[in-house]
Amino acid sequence: MTTGRSTAVPSRAPAGSAERIWRVRGEADVPPALAALAPDTDTDADGDEAGPASTVTMTMTQALNQALRDAMAADERVLVLGEDVGRLGGVFRVTDGLLAAFGERRCLDTPLAEAGIVGFAVGLAMYGLRPVVELQFDAFAYPAFEQVVSHVAKLGARTAGRLRPAMVLRIPYGGGVGAVEHHSDSSEAYYAHTAGLKVVTPATVADAYSLLRDAIDDPDPVVFLEPKRLYWTRSPVDLPARAEPLGRAALRRAGRDVTVVTYGATVPVALEAAEAAAGRGWDVEVVDLRSIVPFDDGTVVASVRRTGRCVVLHEAQGFAGVGAEIAARVQERCFHSLAAPVLRVTGWDVPYPAPKLEHHHQPGVARILAAFERLQWDDEPDTRWLDPPGGRTS
Amino acid sequence: MTTEATGGLGQLVAGLLPSPSPIRFLDPAGEPVDEHGGYRPPSDELTVRAYEAMALVRRFDTQATALARQGRIAAFPSSSGQEACQAGAALALRPGDWLFPTYRDSGALLSRGVDPLEVLAPVRGHRHCGYDPLAHRCAPMSTPLATQAPHGTGLAVAARWKGTDEVALVLLGDGATSEGDFHEALNFAAVFRAPVVFLVQNNRYAISVPLSRQSAAPSLAYKGVGYGVRAEQVDGNDAVAVLAVLTEAVGHARAGLGPMLVEAHTYRMGPHTSSDDPGRYRDDDEVAMWRVRDPIERLRAYLRGRGLLGDAAEAAVAARAETLAAQVRAGVADDARVAPTEMFDHVYAAAPPVLAEQRAALLSELGADGEGAR
Ligand SMILES: Cc1ncc(C[n+]2csc(CCOP(=O)(O)OP(=O)(O)O)c2C)c(N)n1
Ligand SMILES: [Mg+2]
Repeated sequence: MTTGRSTAVPSRAPAGSAERIWRVRGEADVPPALAALAPDTDTDADGDEAGPASTVTMTMTQALNQALRDAMAADERVLVLGEDVGRLGGVFRVTDGLLAAFGERRCLDTPLAEAGIVGFAVGLAMYGLRPVVELQFDAFAYPAFEQVVSHVAKLGARTAGRLRPAMVLRIPYGGGVGAVEHHSDSSEAYYAHTAGLKVVTPATVADAYSLLRDAIDDPDPVVFLEPKRLYWTRSPVDLPARAEPLGRAALRRAGRDVTVVTYGATVPVALEAAEAAAGRGWDVEVVDLRSIVPFDDGTVVASVRRTGRCVVLHEAQGFAGVGAEIAARVQERCFHSLAAPVLRVTGWDVPYPAPKLEHHHQPGVARILAAFERLQWDDEPDTRWLDPPGGRTS
Repeated sequence: MTTEATGGLGQLVAGLLPSPSPIRFLDPAGEPVDEHGGYRPPSDELTVRAYEAMALVRRFDTQATALARQGRIAAFPSSSGQEACQAGAALALRPGDWLFPTYRDSGALLSRGVDPLEVLAPVRGHRHCGYDPLAHRCAPMSTPLATQAPHGTGLAVAARWKGTDEVALVLLGDGATSEGDFHEALNFAAVFRAPVVFLVQNNRYAISVPLSRQSAAPSLAYKGVGYGVRAEQVDGNDAVAVLAVLTEAVGHARAGLGPMLVEAHTYRMGPHTSSDDPGRYRDDDEVAMWRVRDPIERLRAYLRGRGLLGDAAEAAVAARAETLAAQVRAGVADDARVAPTEMFDHVYAAAPPVLAEQRAALLSELGADGEGAR
């Protein structure tokens, strides 16, 4: 229920061990696949300390905190508001220290009313401020849904661009932290379906920083979804890390046989599955969308045309999910390059289950490998004689 | 205390407004005080029952908190310090009435007779709701704040339409009174004269956010008048006062006189949940000030002073509390497994084909994993 720390601390739920659900989170929880993404730099203990040159090792929450700090220092129109963001520093400590550093006007604890918070932020934005709203958990953003859909998303279009509410809605989302109900929803499809909103989600510590900076600078309202399962992942980043412009996907792993398109919390899962698949002779490419809206067709299409197969992966339930859109776009653009139907690997079409069942809901390596198996390898003309030895063996 | 039918607007308003200061029967030392505003005190028998219920709630709470610290259950929202409200809410109701609790209201559920391990189901990680809401006439604990307030209102109106005299009691926190759903529920309740009581446990914090950031009203009970809802405020750490006011409120609703809003001034002695760090937002002096207002000690002193609670009775209560704690420990220790496929079972009245397919896929995944159905 709810302090994020509290609900969040009990743990990630490592697949395969119901007992371990309640284990207290430790550093060992950093998914190995994600740790592998980071350059192999020596890690110092805490984010405040600079490592070699401008490289700092930090957690995703610290990177988000740093991004807010830097954005607030760079632009005095930027302010943070929400429930518990001030003295507490947010239930996940993402806004830790901002009240002390910038004062109450820039870091505002609000009354407990999400519709009020978002509507209030629209007013602030209309007057030229740049609000960064923290909505405490995925499911607790729902009371604000009307403000988001009817106003945040539409105001620019309704006013011929005169009142475009440049604002960021930060929402910790997704499961895997052993939380009680209403704390684990993957709600991206609701926002992605709403024209006028940009929807981004980081999968790495560096992206957490750069995407949040970009979101704050963006002229459009951005729903910034923070995969809480990755909050405590830690890696060295070069600050101030700025990626390409908002809307570019990133290739996380190159491969020749199949493209996995994913985002947020399932990026490390895809990388883990890619490792496992390598043992079975499938060379897997992993695309991290980073931005769901706008959608980077270019990167995705180029990859699928290369590999000829595509699996879309996300934690949210599959029916009418973001994966459906991705699969459709790939099919529309890559039809003649596809050797198999585009498959989706997702959570089941159920309300997010109780903590002890959540790892059976979340797509893991087994579910992904099962999808790879269904990619009609046998139906394909055998072209192995064209490939150099050591390639695909199935 | 009763709303008089009157033509005068001023009198109408006066009939809705709460007492200017919280209703109290006992001072912090358990000595009777004359601040009860004319409310009738509960019977001695009910007061003694409240003491026992509060002691059990406290023991349950310390046990669950300990289990959460050990990582045996998820973060637990303690109601320590709020036992008078927890027990009072349950004891003010008849078996046929309905309770609409929040995540913090384990104690109210326990006092209403719900099995302690079923109460703990969400934090044991099994199920979102461990008990049968119809059997106990208790809605599932609500985590999205204030969303249960319109539910309680709707249910109460339905009961009235059916011709019963059932009442719904909705529990809320001070923070939840900022949510739109709270206000909409008050309005619906007044418009439809719903037999519903809203009990706001004002424990002064919503996680870290103090009451002053929720409301600039003279007190939360003043939120009733604008909606035409009669309101009262009570010392939430005085069990006698809580029982007196809630009994009156439930009776008011049952008699068809409309809804009532009760604000109980209390304090959450522990952290928001077992892994919150209250040191970040409140100081020890404040906590110490409330420690001396402990609701259980207060009631105990009162009962002993009046000869209503002897050594033997107290020992019996303590023994029952230990039995309860042992039951909780044992139940959590040999935690039964939940079949993974249970998540598919009740999504729809009858599973559509797509879910049947997914269920089968999960089963084959479990086989493939070599994990078996855990
Ligand atoms: C709609 C919604 N927003 C936010 C939350 C997160 N949250 C859980 S408890 C809480 C504080 C609630 O305070 P209060 O109503 O005073 O109840 P208390 O916890 O003090 O009993 C918050 C912000 C939530 N559960 N639901
Ligand atoms: Mg409170």
